[in-house]
Amino acid sequence: MDNVSIIGAISIIASGLTMAIGSIAPALGEGRALAQALSSIAQQPDETNTITRTLFVGMAMVESTAIYCFVVSMILIFANPFWEYAVSKAGG
Amino acid sequence: MHITPDTLIIFQWGSVSLNGTIFFTWCIMVLMVVGSWLITRKLSTETHLSKWQNLIEVLVTGIRDEIRDISSQDPGRYLSFVGTLFLFIAVSNLLGIVPGYVPPTGSFSTTAALAICVFVAIPFYGISQKGLSYLKQYIEPSMFMLPFNIIGEISRTFALAVRLFGNIMSGTIIAAILLSIAPLIFPVLMQILGLLIGLIQAYIFAILAMVYIAAATRVQRMKKETGRQNEKGDLSDG
Repeated sequence: MDNVSIIGAISIIASGLTMAIGSIAPALGEGRALAQALSSIAQQPDETNTITRTLFVGMAMVESTAIYCFVVSMILIFANPFWEYAVSKAGG
Repeated sequence: MHITPDTLIIFQWGSVSLNGTIFFTWCIMVLMVVGSWLITRKLSTETHLSKWQNLIEVLVTGIRDEIRDISSQDPGRYLSFVGTLFLFIAVSNLLGIVPGYVPPTGSFSTTAALAICVFVAIPFYGISQKGLSYLKQYIEPSMFMLPFNIIGEISRTFALAVRLFGNIMSGTIIAAILLSIAPLIFPVLMQILGLLIGLIQAYIFAILAMVYIAAATRVQRMKKETGRQNEKGDLSDG
């Protein structure tokens, strides 16, 4: 394999792994937060507004780690700087 | 495929080019400014309201109540900033159902600009509320925490920008990928989900900006009643 195909293969594998591993923890965390919020709403239906707002804000923060992983994998696939460097080198 | 509207060139005059981000931002600005000018031109205080005035009143009172709930202060001071953030992001995301339109919030330049506005607004409101003693909270536990406080401030701004960018960009890209795999019905469902996500992200961006500002403007009071009042303070370090 020449350099360009090594870079391409590793980028694809790495972006897949980034998504796969990076979404485990946020998924678990969001599931826990949602379950807790649901049981809180079941116990105190009057506080639904406050609980829902805090849940949304908290979930957005938990989710941001997954979003970082997504952005990194998108960069690896669509705007990979190493790939462009290698192609521009090979192209002269 | 365009990941961001930054690479989408709309017009080109010689060396001057107008990319999609700027163009669609201008479209939204024109839409919102002209729309609200047309609506507020003939406001009435009588029992009979026009439909559009009713819409605007619902929006403004909703945002005011939300700000009052979060900050437990008078919302008037924050309404213009937080309301503008919410309305701009919401309109920009919801217009995604218009064919040919690319949401400018799917570009990192737009979201970074919005996040920098929040970054500047936090000390602005803090200092205007509490004077220069606001700056003391950067060295709060001890002098050694100064770099960490500054890093925290910058990283939460970065998180704010990347969160909005990632969510909107993922919606655009998933729609594009699905169009090439299963073009019949499935992309419509993802578009509906995208509308929901766009509105939630606008809400979250505005709420987080408000939470940060509220945390900056009421540290003094929290110190006095320690322990009792930390349900919203906990959210302020993301």
